Amino acid sequence: MITLSHYLILSAILFGIGLVGVYRRKNLLLLLFSTEILLNAVNIGFAAISKFYGDLTGQMFAFFIVAVAASEVAVGLGLMIVWYKRRGTLDIDTMQSMHG
Amino acid sequence: METYLYTALFAPLVGSLFAALFADKPKNLVTGIATSTLLLVSWISSVVLLLHVAHGEEVHVKLMDWIHAGGLVIPFGFVVDQVTATMMFVVTTVSTVVHVYSIGYMDHDKSFNRFFAWLSAFVFSMMVLVMSDNFAGLFIGWEGVGLCSWALIGFWYHKESASWAANEAFIMNRIADLGMLIGIFLVYWNFGSLQYDVVFEQVADKEHGLLMMVTAFLFIGAMGKSAQFPLHTWLADAMEGPTPVSALIHAATMVTAGVYLVIRANPLYSAVPEVSLFVASLGAFVAMFAASMALVNRDLKRIIAYSTLSQLGYMFVAAGVGAYWVALFHLMTHAFFKALLFLGAGNVMHAMDDELDIFKMGGLAKKMQWTMVLMTIASVALAGIYPLAGFFSKDKILEAAFASDHYILWTVLWITAGLTAFYSFRLVMLVFFGEERYKIFGFHPHEAYRFMLWALAPLAVLAVIAGFFEHNFVHMIEHILPIEEHHISALTFWTLIVVTQAIALGGIGFAVYKYSKGGFSKKWEETFVYQLLFNQYYIPKIYDEYICKPYGELSKIFWKDLDLKVVDATVDFIATTIYKSGMVSRVVQSGNLSNMLRWMGVGLLILLLAAIFYSPVR
Amino acid sequence: MFEAMAFYFFSAVTIVMFWITVTSKNALYSMSALAAGMIMISGFFFLLDADFLGVVQIIVYTGAVMALYAFGMMFFDTTREVKENIRAPKLVFLLSGMTALLLVIAFVAPIVGDHIEALYPMVEGVENPQAVGIVLFTKYLVPFEVAAVMLLVAMIAGIILAGKKMDESLTLKIDDEFQEKGVQ
Repeated sequence: MITLSHYLILSAILFGIGLVGVYRRKNLLLLLFSTEILLNAVNIGFAAISKFYGDLTGQMFAFFIVAVAASEVAVGLGLMIVWYKRRGTLDIDTMQSMHG
Repeated sequence: METYLYTALFAPLVGSLFAALFADKPKNLVTGIATSTLLLVSWISSVVLLLHVAHGEEVHVKLMDWIHAGGLVIPFGFVVDQVTATMMFVVTTVSTVVHVYSIGYMDHDKSFNRFFAWLSAFVFSMMVLVMSDNFAGLFIGWEGVGLCSWALIGFWYHKESASWAANEAFIMNRIADLGMLIGIFLVYWNFGSLQYDVVFEQVADKEHGLLMMVTAFLFIGAMGKSAQFPLHTWLADAMEGPTPVSALIHAATMVTAGVYLVIRANPLYSAVPEVSLFVASLGAFVAMFAASMALVNRDLKRIIAYSTLSQLGYMFVAAGVGAYWVALFHLMTHAFFKALLFLGAGNVMHAMDDELDIFKMGGLAKKMQWTMVLMTIASVALAGIYPLAGFFSKDKILEAAFASDHYILWTVLWITAGLTAFYSFRLVMLVFFGEERYKIFGFHPHEAYRFMLWALAPLAVLAVIAGFFEHNFVHMIEHILPIEEHHISALTFWTLIVVTQAIALGGIGFAVYKYSKGGFSKKWEETFVYQLLFNQYYIPKIYDEYICKPYGELSKIFWKDLDLKVVDATVDFIATTIYKSGMVSRVVQSGNLSNMLRWMGVGLLILLLAAIFYSPVR
Repeated sequence: MFEAMAFYFFSAVTIVMFWITVTSKNALYSMSALAAGMIMISGFFFLLDADFLGVVQIIVYTGAVMALYAFGMMFFDTTREVKENIRAPKLVFLLSGMTALLLVIAFVAPIVGDHIEALYPMVEGVENPQAVGIVLFTKYLVPFEVAAVMLLVAMIAGIILAGKKMDESLTLKIDDEFQEKGVQ
């Protein structure tokens, strides 16, 4: 029998994979992909809780996360294109203007 | 009456603040006139108050609550009783004269306005000191006069000796004030209040030992302010200040604050005869000690300063033997003739371009007739010759000492009376008569401004006639101070007067005789006694050698070993540690997004750990 | 039984797909794997009786977001392998692993409030899309509208950011020219 814990653990594992991407990749595009993974991992958790507690609130949150993710992609991709036009690369090692 | 009280108290403050507005401006005659006028107002109020309280009434007001913390309640209260009224009269009289005089004296000084600001501030502090109805207010005034005295001694601060003297006076007084503060603490601790009336009511219930401690510590404060041995050195050095300052602060008012304290606390002192005896003995010792130094000094102002010291000793003797009213009386008469003497000396100094060595003067009587007259009056009064003011008060002191069976004290004071007469007239003779030595040194003396001489007139009159008010004074003061009846026969009484007059006249006669013939020979100056006296018993040297220098060495050790090696090193260590940690952690701020994300991951981890370990459900 | 099998199947595929996404050196592969993972995730939503969410997942993510990425990638040179200077990879795994482990521990531990009462309980006999609609348009109306505005703003922002100088070819330019532009 699949319980809530199964889903939550899956959610945690996917979240961990997303984190690996965020920490490891140096390409902005792939960083954005990793962010999508993080958001999806959380969505699974919300949907699972919604189901096992019989409460629609979890799904509502998932909807809004989807909306936020969509906006984020729109803006993020736009910014990335601008950056690429200026510098011709998406490697974040090249963007260190905040060096202290 | 309250209005008069507040007027008397705050008029000098207003004057001071007004003058302070122009402190850094060039000379402005208005400041001098305004402060003098306000002091005159204050003087009138004081006289009104004096007449009001003369018949046994007193004015007691509370301006506001000052400190109200826990059990400590100290109001800003002022009381005008007979003692205070007398003091107020003395202070305002002398200071009004001094203010008017200073307009002329400080005529050419570029810090004219600043001088009046400080001088009036001093008068205000002195008024607070004498009018306060509790020890805390007294202490505030006490410190206030100390501060003003510091500023006025060091008025010509560009002169190194002046600032040195100012600091010396201030530090000496700090040492003594510590004792005084301990005394006040003891009073509050044991009596539960600092109000005079509350404290004095309980004197009878308190242990003898405690009272001894209280009076002893308070007297240490009085010793500092009144420059009694061993804290006396500052007074002579304080003569670096402008002469009006010396007249007002270091002769007539501030230095008598110690005597005032003893008189004010007379219920305490009369309960402990041991301390009182010590007070009297020290007074007698200082009287003679200072007079002996005055005998040989060559400095015009220092001679008068030592004379002040000696007369303060007289006052302490009177207070010590229980004749508080006599002490107060002598305080008053002394203030008049000593201020007169100082201001006359100021005229001489002005005439001699600030030369102080009396052996460079002589024969000034021709050029400065009126100054000569005034100073002679003051000297005669100081010597205690009938019928001038000094006679009445000084004679009373001798009588009190004799009547209370302190024959040794009497003898000391008696000899001192002779010394006093001698050095006073030595001064007068050397300055005003004899050979005109100033010509050798190329001075061109001239008489002071006419209005300065007129300003001195009230003091001269008072120096002459003040003694005749003795009975009125006794009548007034008996409401508050104990007046003891002396049980000495008329014969003894008259014998004492005759003997005292004899030695005083003898002193005068000897001085006149000796110095009209050209003074002592050079040989005398080489003798040990002369050298001892001339070097002030080597006391300043001893202080310097055995207190200042070891202290300096000790400070150096502490500075080099303790401060530099421990304190500074610790502080430096903390600073360098922080600096280095900054240099190390600076790497974090690489601006690299990836690195930042990893740091964020570390933070997330820590927060998760905290969330798990501190979660409400276990 | 079917549910368990489906769960494990979807789990395995999702994990593999996402792993490929985060490790692949080719951006195109990454994107494809991500899209596949997204679709697999919608499978979970169907399993969890969140039909509407599952449909939205497919449409929005796989349809819209991925398409957006695909179009966005046209601007970048995706045929080249992504060159990355990956520092301290062990640290990355340690950090991620620890975080995931802690999350698991937190989830496995008894959950706070076993007796939570549903705020908006599932209504019996009503289909999921309908129930979602009811809640969304009653209780969450304001957030919903705000989200709509936000999407509009994001759309305009995306157009303006990406739309400038569309006529210039980016991939064919030499690096120097980019540097020059960067300086401006």
